[in-house]
Amino acid sequence: MKLLKKVMIKTFPVLTGYLVLGMGFGILMIKNEFGILAIVAMSLFIYAGSMQYVGITLLTAGAGVFQTALTTLMVNARHLFYGISMVEKYRETGIYKPYLIFALTDETYSLVCNEEKGEDSKTYFFLVSLCNHFYWVAGSLIGGVLGNMITFDTTGIEFSMTALFLTVFVEQWLGTKQHFPALSGLSCSVLCLFLFGKDKFLIPTMVLITVSLLINRKKYGELTKE
Amino acid sequence: MKSILIVVMAVVTALLRFLPFLIWNGKRKTPEVIVYLGKVLPYSIMAMLVVYCLKDITFLRKPFGIPEILASVAVILVHLWKRNTLISIILGTAVYMILIQGALSIILHLPIL
Repeated sequence: MKLLKKVMIKTFPVLTGYLVLGMGFGILMIKNEFGILAIVAMSLFIYAGSMQYVGITLLTAGAGVFQTALTTLMVNARHLFYGISMVEKYRETGIYKPYLIFALTDETYSLVCNEEKGEDSKTYFFLVSLCNHFYWVAGSLIGGVLGNMITFDTTGIEFSMTALFLTVFVEQWLGTKQHFPALSGLSCSVLCLFLFGKDKFLIPTMVLITVSLLINRKKYGELTKE
Repeated sequence: MKSILIVVMAVVTALLRFLPFLIWNGKRKTPEVIVYLGKVLPYSIMAMLVVYCLKDITFLRKPFGIPEILASVAVILVHLWKRNTLISIILGTAVYMILIQGALSIILHLPIL
């Protein structure tokens, strides 16, 4: 029960963010004349926020299989990063493992990446992943059903996701004396954003971050050892 | 055709998520370098995600990124002060919504500016 309470509190920011972003997705799909089934199928099986928004464009523009695969690869390449950094943490998660990997979104990652391995961390990882997945599907379903009936002005509520990542960033910053990885991430991202533009900067950023972390491995590798 | 494309998106996304776990599966010991990256990457990635969320800011045109900057500063300050994720997020989002839904355009049109 204590664990469930912790999961509820931890995932609450994602609940608000996913309901709103999910609803936005559902509404957009309905406006583009897709059915409820397509909405639920995409949220259930793709389960990647920004990709699903891009997906609407691909579907309506009549993109081909190759273009769709390539776009998905570009937009979602950052998930490789999450995998690499969770290989150890998710190692002994048993039957939960396939689902945990499938459901590793940006937001779920932000909630599990700092969790210390403990007695019930396996169940914690699972419940966080499941709750977030549920919020996302529920949000898009509500959006699909309500369509254009929503009158409440929700403009700007998507900032809750930015705010979530910011709080995690601050928590991480306060939790370590070693700020090189955070600063490297920040400077590489900003540099690449200016060099490559907002639609193409993620992949170069990931390469640059990896290189800078590897170059400094000797210096910081020792310090990060347990 | 459309359902095929949905399948393609789902499969490619899942592949990206599963690939690292397939390469470094339970049978082999994870190489030192991956263990190292696993420890330092979360810090870099969170910075990258913050920049990713703020990528649409336009500094040269109205509203000059003011809503994003003010709301982000609010989140950081409140979080440093209270260390409560929920409070920080709710407050920051409220600040952003108020600014973007009109408060800012009123401020930007004040005669003194």
